[in-house]
Amino acid sequence: MAKRKSDFTTLYRGATSQYAWLFHRITGVAIILFLFAHVVDTAVIGWGPQAYDRVMAVYENWAVRLLELGLVAAVIYHALNGVRVMVFDFWPATTKYTKGLTRATFLLWLACMVPITWLMGKQILDLLGVIG
Amino acid sequence: MSLDTGEHPSSPAPSVGLFGYRGSRPRPAGGFELWAWLFMRISGLVLLFLVVGHVLIMHLPGEGVGRIDFGFVADRWKNPLWRSWDWAMLCLALLHGVNGLRVVVQDYVRPAAWRFAVNMFFYVVTFILFVLGTVLVFTFDPSRWPGAS
Repeated sequence: MAKRKSDFTTLYRGATSQYAWLFHRITGVAIILFLFAHVVDTAVIGWGPQAYDRVMAVYENWAVRLLELGLVAAVIYHALNGVRVMVFDFWPATTKYTKGLTRATFLLWLACMVPITWLMGKQILDLLGVIG
Repeated sequence: MSLDTGEHPSSPAPSVGLFGYRGSRPRPAGGFELWAWLFMRISGLVLLFLVVGHVLIMHLPGEGVGRIDFGFVADRWKNPLWRSWDWAMLCLALLHGVNGLRVVVQDYVRPAAWRFAVNMFFYVVTFILFVLGTVLVFTFDPSRWPGAS
């Protein structure tokens, strides 16, 4: 195949909004894959306390708890960015401020993650016996 | 600049950049795609409250997920509000998620037969989980295990 000349470099250096789109896609796929597993692990409760409590014991593990923190981060990001997308969709005049609104979304997400990381981080340290 | 949704067999998708596509989806002109587009936004808004609420309630107070066991769920599901919440979340999240996967598959799985197969796989998984979750939410009865909660 002949080498193609393009106006674009091979690696697209996306601007703020393209990263917002990329993260939306990655978090979305991650969340639905987790949901598939989560419906199954919750359904185990139909087989009684022994079975369910054994499944829930998986969470008594710091690595799994870190993944949970990642899940919460993904959900919050996907939700906030979804609102940003809807603002542009239903109120097109705001697309003039695309960059500012996208940055604001990232900042809002960071602001949400500070107390969440604090609380969930304490639980993880507690689990490890670092704090009691 | 026109961004397609991958449904134009005559014109191959513009392969711009590392990930092929560079923008959010434009609103489809009509038909099923328009309804799907609208559904994503409406369900997204409802899920914003249902899922973010669920995730925060389950993870933040006290020991977080460490406090969740059979007794916790049995107690919680005594209240029809939480059963309704969880069932609404199950339906909307599965539909929202599987439609999202359909869009992603449209972008990355180009051969028609593969696209059909991958989509079918996700549809079947979604349907099975919908049935499993629905049966559970409506029939779970902790009194079958006396003394457990």
